Amino acid sequence: MSPQYRKKIVVVGHGMVGHRFVQAAVERGLTETHDIVVVGEEPRPAYDRVVLTSFFEVGAEALSFLPEGEYDDPRVRLVLGTEVEGFDPETRTVLLDGGEVVQYDELVLATGAAPFVPPVPGHDLPGCFVYRTIEDLEAIREAAAGASVGAVIGGGLLGLEAANALRQLGLETHVVEMAPRLMAVQVDDAGGATLARHIESLGLSVHTNAMTSAVVEGADGRAVGLALKEAATIPAEVVVFSAGIRPRDALARAAGLDLAERGGVLVDEQGRSSDPHVWAIGECAAPGGRMYGLVAPGYAMAEVAVDAMLGGPGAFTGADMSTKLKLMGVDVASFGDAFATTPGALELVYSDAVAGVYKKLVISEDGTRLLGGVLVGDASAYGVLRPMVASGIALPDNPEDLILPAGRGAADIGLPDEAQVCSCNDVSKGDIVAAAAAGETTRAGSTCGSCKVQTKKIIEDYYASQGQEVDRSICEHFPLTRQELFDVVAVHGHRSFDQVVEAHGTGRGCDVCKPVIASILASQLNGHVLEGDRRTLQDTNDAYLANIQRNGTYSVVPRIPGGEITPDKLIVIGEVARDFGLYTKITGGQRIDLFGARMEQLPEIWRRLVDAGFESGHAYGKALRTVKSCVGSTWCRYGVQDSVQLAIDLELRYRGLRSPHKLKGGVSGCARECAEARAKDFGVIATEQGWNLYVGGNGGATPAHARLLAGDLDRETLIRYLDRYLMYYIRTADRLQRTAPWIDSLDGGLDRVREVVVDDALGLGSELEAAMARHVDTYFDEWKATIDDPEKLERFVSFVNAPDVPDPHISFRDERGQIAPEDSSGPVSLGTTIPVGAP
Amino acid sequence: MTTSTDRSTYTAVCRLDQIEVEGGVTALVDGAAVAIFRTHDGNVYAMSNYDPCSRASVLARGIVGTRGDVPFVASPMHKQAFDLRTGQCLDDADVRVPTFDVRVDDGIVLVGPPQEHP
Repeated sequence: MSPQYRKKIVVVGHGMVGHRFVQAAVERGLTETHDIVVVGEEPRPAYDRVVLTSFFEVGAEALSFLPEGEYDDPRVRLVLGTEVEGFDPETRTVLLDGGEVVQYDELVLATGAAPFVPPVPGHDLPGCFVYRTIEDLEAIREAAAGASVGAVIGGGLLGLEAANALRQLGLETHVVEMAPRLMAVQVDDAGGATLARHIESLGLSVHTNAMTSAVVEGADGRAVGLALKEAATIPAEVVVFSAGIRPRDALARAAGLDLAERGGVLVDEQGRSSDPHVWAIGECAAPGGRMYGLVAPGYAMAEVAVDAMLGGPGAFTGADMSTKLKLMGVDVASFGDAFATTPGALELVYSDAVAGVYKKLVISEDGTRLLGGVLVGDASAYGVLRPMVASGIALPDNPEDLILPAGRGAADIGLPDEAQVCSCNDVSKGDIVAAAAAGETTRAGSTCGSCKVQTKKIIEDYYASQGQEVDRSICEHFPLTRQELFDVVAVHGHRSFDQVVEAHGTGRGCDVCKPVIASILASQLNGHVLEGDRRTLQDTNDAYLANIQRNGTYSVVPRIPGGEITPDKLIVIGEVARDFGLYTKITGGQRIDLFGARMEQLPEIWRRLVDAGFESGHAYGKALRTVKSCVGSTWCRYGVQDSVQLAIDLELRYRGLRSPHKLKGGVSGCARECAEARAKDFGVIATEQGWNLYVGGNGGATPAHARLLAGDLDRETLIRYLDRYLMYYIRTADRLQRTAPWIDSLDGGLDRVREVVVDDALGLGSELEAAMARHVDTYFDEWKATIDDPEKLERFVSFVNAPDVPDPHISFRDERGQIAPEDSSGPVSLGTTIPVGAP
Repeated sequence: MTTSTDRSTYTAVCRLDQIEVEGGVTALVDGAAVAIFRTHDGNVYAMSNYDPCSRASVLARGIVGTRGDVPFVASPMHKQAFDLRTGQCLDDADVRVPTFDVRVDDGIVLVGPPQEHP
């Protein structure tokens, strides 16, 4: 390579758009000829502001676009925590706040926008915030800790996000909106009213047509309320301003660049300002005089600017301002000509006030094309409808089918290849199909996620068209998934493997499908797992109600609910272990495992344990194992709730529950979380007000932290949500799929679980609760039932013709004062002289 | 009754109804642990109870089923499948478990000499 002068690009601002500019520059080879310096004022690299509210749940790291803190490309230098004081187009220099002067060849302004705070009296009192950065959220969280009431000024998209954050922080929350309806930019009056009803049903107060005249100052100098014009004052110790945004164009203004009338750096279609070496992208820019307050147009501007710097022809000529989001569990979408401003446009409306669903289609005068629409309460059709607007394809004969409940929706509309599916990243259906064919990926669905369902369907359709069905059958004997099997067993009322395989399968089953069907029958019927022909379906652990170990012996785990045990019972366990010569070890689930029991010893061991009041711990089953607890408020000086009592109650409630994989729970008595509840499939953590419920955690090879499903629950609600959550999991998860990957596999992920469990959006709640009640009512200890049944005991022999002769393959050595299995190197013979019993 | 029947090479081990359909039992035959299985189509098979993959005496406790037309037992330890007819491991061509002649007389299961397989 010939030595050549390398040019330098300085990017001011490291938000989502600045980051996308750098990504595109690296990907498209701009860094072959240019060094890039990115200056960001925030202390951390770019992060996902679209899902800012989830910061409370997942933390800053999960939102970050650059968790490593730097770009892989060494030609990109990232300077964080630094403000730009100004720049000089004459000398092409940028002055940083530390005094450093940086020369540039091209300057890219990506300074974004700032929340607009109306200049009402008291707007700067302690207790007043904006909602834009992680630091803002941290400050709001701190203030909320000592407060009980909060208010958000502004009922737009961001304002409702902020209101949700206040609600999650446990505040009684008010939303104050100047306009006659919520989300006035996106939805019409009827849609706004539907949305308001949803939000009010969650306990928030919505005030529309409400002008804030002042923030009221309390005796301590902090905000205590909002004075409204022509309405009563609202109490509010935390006030969040979310009344729109303003482009941050001060640097450009000071440098003498042209600005748009309503603010923003005036740029051409490629992003160039009135100075040809200064560019502006994202919310600080105003292409053609208009600013765009969404991330997708900002991304498009970033790509176009990189293209222009490479000499390409790209142009930004406006953006699809369609929006789809989920606010507090409510779908809201708006696309195309949502307000029917096109001359002659017709409206087609479906409204169900009971279900809280409002859908409107805006259709061209001749009825052939979809122009736009509004969806509230159910936006599942958005993935199909928005591309129909963009691509202009003809409407079907019965356009109402597109919005009627359980309409054909996604299935029947063939999108043309050029239809844009992901508007955030400008990915068309053709791009997705081409990537699937090449085994590559696109960015579709990676920003706001609203097109994920549609993208998945396009990929599945593509594979189906190639004759490659995505095969989720459990094994060769059943062309069904576990969920489908669960449903056919329930619908047909099957009670045995024979019935299931004869009606729905082929062959005689295998080690995969038999335990699945055994588990499904156990979940639905709750009979004894060794009853009738069900015994031969069980894996060996379930078949002998114990855990097989490497030498063919078993371990025994009696249930110790919540990890609480009396000295007398502890002594019994010790005596049993001593008398049968068993190895003992404390488990991670706060109980005691006894190893080295020969199969024929199991009934005697359990007779002793049952007599002492123990019951099966189900350590051998894909079933509830333990609910671990810390010592809680009874003893602990920090505890705020009785975690031991709750753990015992939950363990006794769900004991014996058969599930797709093992299930573990935990209860912590305070936020110190000593029970490690968030490493469990369900974790409960005490708060001052009640209990927070976390779901989807596990340890093991792929550890996962449980995430917050619902907060500050009373005991009764907690148990209702747990009943629903566990039963929904049991019904719909795949074989051997733990709760964390199960949640990830659902369309909508954790939000979907919340819809079903908390919002009861499918109306399944009472059915799931009834299924759990049936389990609780019919529970019995399967070990006690086994030792009381001579027929079941018949199986527990070493040899059918020599029940008392120990298997010679099993032998032990001594290790640290206890037994340890000795490996046998081959088949062992006792010789021919051993007398054996008669058949 | 003694360990041998009148056909001196066969050992009576149990009644047929002591073996569940698609289940197995372990019998002690000439000092060795033998797994005896009963399939859905009424056949009875016998093979060594020793699983060479896990080196433990456990095969009778495995799940019995079919792979295509092949009746098999899956080792309860690590799930390797063994053809009930030949003892051939279906997941590893180099592994085979010895099998035994077996017959049912008057509802009594009798285990005979080891089988030869080509």
